[in-house]
Formats: sequence, C-alpha cells, structure tokens
Amino acid sequence: MRIIPKHAHRRKRLGLILLLLAGVGTSVGFVTMALNENMNHFYSPTEVVDGKAPKNHTFRIGGMVRTGTVKRSNSSLDVNFEVTDTAKNVQVLYTGILPDLFREGQGVVAQGKLNDDGIFVASQVLAKHDETYMPPEAGQAIKDAQKLKASLKE
Amino acid sequence: MWLWFHKLGSPKYFYTLAGKLIPWFGWITLLLVLAGLYGGLILAPTDYQQGESYRIIYIHVPAAWMSLFIYIVMAICGAIGLIWKMKMADIIASSSAPIGAAFTFLALVTGSLWGKPMWGTWWTWDARLTSELILLFLYLGFMGLQSAIVDRRTAANACAVLALVGVVNIPIIHYSVEWWNTLHQGSTVMRMDKPAMDTRMLIPLLLMWLSSQFYYGTVLMMRARNEVLDRERDTGWVKELAMEGK
Amino acid sequence: MGLPDFGKYAFYVWTSYGIAAFVMIINLVLPMLKRKEILKTLNRKLRREQSKS
Repeated sequence: MRIIPKHAHRRKRLGLILLLLAGVGTSVGFVTMALNENMNHFYSPTEVVDGKAPKNHTFRIGGMVRTGTVKRSNSSLDVNFEVTDTAKNVQVLYTGILPDLFREGQGVVAQGKLNDDGIFVASQVLAKHDETYMPPEAGQAIKDAQKLKASLKE
Repeated sequence: MWLWFHKLGSPKYFYTLAGKLIPWFGWITLLLVLAGLYGGLILAPTDYQQGESYRIIYIHVPAAWMSLFIYIVMAICGAIGLIWKMKMADIIASSSAPIGAAFTFLALVTGSLWGKPMWGTWWTWDARLTSELILLFLYLGFMGLQSAIVDRRTAANACAVLALVGVVNIPIIHYSVEWWNTLHQGSTVMRMDKPAMDTRMLIPLLLMWLSSQFYYGTVLMMRARNEVLDRERDTGWVKELAMEGK
Repeated sequence: MGLPDFGKYAFYVWTSYGIAAFVMIINLVLPMLKRKEILKTLNRKLRREQSKS
C-alpha cells in the first residue's frame, strides 16, 4: 500500500490536509492550554492572601501598585513594592527593568512565585493600563479634581 | 429587492456592477485613509498615560474590528451557501478569507508592537490575545481547506461548516476582556457608556475604521470578480472579454 | 510639512504603520495581477483553438 500518493495534485492535497490538521491541532492545544490556566491571566491579591493561588508554582498576580510602597535599591535593579486590590496587599520583589508605564497607582501583572515569607518574587512585571484615552491636560485636571475631593474629605 | 438579489446572483451582472463600483470604493478608501491619518498622526493630541505610542490604535483597532466583522460575513455567507446553494455566497466567503486573515495578522502584529513599549512584553497568553490568534488559525484553516479540496461544491460546503463552527470564537474575543482577568484592557469604544476617548482622538479612529470597511469592499469586489472570471471561463461573455484583449 | 516626531516610541509607531501599508498594498495589487493573468491565459488558449480550426 502506498502512503504517498502518485499524482502530483493528490500529493499536494494530502500535504495541505496535513497542514490543516497541524493547524487545527495547535489551535486546540492552545485552547486547552488557556483552559488549563482557568482562562484567567492572573490572581488578585485577595485570592493570593486567601491561599487560592498555587503554592510552589509559578503564577501571575494582578493589581495596582500601592502608592508610597515602591522602594528601589541604590546599588542594584532590585525593586520592592506592594500590589493591592484595595482590600488586600501582597509584597512583590523584582529584579530587572520595569516597563515605561510602571508607576505608583498603575495596574501591574507580575509573574513569579510566593516564597516562604509570603513575598511574591517576580521574574517578570508587566504594566496594565486602562481603556481611557485623553490628552495630558485632561488627565491632570482629573487628578487635580480627585486630590481636591480627597483634601475636602479630610 | 428580491429581483435585485437574484440579479446580483448572476455572475455577469455582478462582474459588470463590481467593475463600475471598484474605482469609487477605491477613491473613497484613499480619501478616508488620508483624513484619518492626518487626524490621527497630526491633529490628535498625545495621550496622558501612553504618550505617543497610543497612535498605533489607528491601525490596531480598525484591523481588530475588521478581523471580527469579516469572519461574521463569512459565517453568514456560509449559512446562505449551505441553505440556498447560492454561488455568489461561496464566492464572497472565499474572497473574504485572505482579507480577514490580513487584518487579523495586522491586529496581532501591531498589538505586539504596542505591547512591548507599554506592557513590557511582545506577547502574553491572556484570553484576548489567545482568542485572536485562534481567529488567525481559523482564517488560515479556511483558506487551507478551500485549496485542499478540488471539487468546488465540496470545498464550499466544508469551508461553510468551518466558518459556522468558528463563529463561536467571535463573542469570546469580544467579551474576553470582561469575562476573565486579562492583561489587555477593556473596550474603549464598543461599550455601554460613551466611548472613553477624547473626541479629537476618537474621530480619526472612526475614520480609519470606515476606510477599512471601504478597503474591504474594494478588495472583496476585486477578488470576487477574479473568482467569477475563473469559474465562468467557458461561457460566452468571459470568452468575449478575453478576446477583447483587455 | 515634516513627519511628526514620536520620540522614543517612533520605532514602534512607524513600524506598525509601515507593516500595515505594506500588507494593504500587497492585498490590493495581487488581485489586479491575478485578473490580468486570468484574462491573458484565457486569451492565449482561445487564440490557439482558433488557429487550429
């Protein structure tokens, strides 16, 4: 029995069908991979504190960089900060270059592991931004308004 | 209306009509692109958090919208082709696939070029990015299936089924940013509230989207005309056309 | 009128626009060439048939 067909056009067809199968195969693979991760890209600090995140296992944590917690080392690229979802905070340690958007109050997604002290040692820190777009003056005006509101409360 | 629908189903009528419309669509596309580029690259202000990098949006978002829209068109054509055996539906579906694949590719590549400076990575396996990549595979699968099956009717039926099955991915792509935690941000324009974008930034975006629609129309008609020529090569009117030399 | 300066993001922005322009133009040119090719092949075939008879 021949496995490879004789005719050129049939050979071409077989090749294409194999290519198609490979394509469908990889996409199904990606889907299962994504489903394995439970479709969620990251855990919130509350979930991490409550122990819902995997232990001794790499995972991602997402939240806001808590204002006033960013400490950079003078001698190395070490950065220390807290990630918060306003309810709970998780301390993160990262060594490396941070994305341009990284700043206090900004959304971040960090990948890494929890160590025994409950500190999240990150191997990668990504910045997550919101979906609003406006000129810097408008952004500043909103910030000022929020500050004013906060100071009036006090 | 019904009569017009039937007429459009006639290959010769379609060929002539599309031939007249293509230049119009082409010029409208060009005008809209120029207006959109001028508005987006020159008039629109810089962004408060992303600086100048956000200008990639004028390519990225229209391309992503078109990648979804064209797939829906293909699925609808697939259904029409399966149910009513309309040849034009098959032609529109198969002519749309390469254009949709091109838009999907652009959405992914420009997203990557945007993600690197803003997020800090070219790629990440979040639900939005992964589902858009699957869309690219669906387009490529459609095109592969089309060329793998020699018999036209079988090919059209198989592709129609693939398009209809794959359409479940479309709502997944759109709602992925709401259903799951993703690195990708939520929708700026397609949401319940008013768009979360300054008007001077939004208008060029809508112009670029409109130009993409006309671009799709232009290329779709060009491709469909070729398909019609190829299928009808043994008929009198195509022979006449070929003998004219033009 | 010069091109706007996008500072440190210039590479990412212009690469995106460049790739997009390339893909869009290719997609426009290919069907044009295809149409010419179809008509040319058919024309040749018909001439051959004519000269035979």
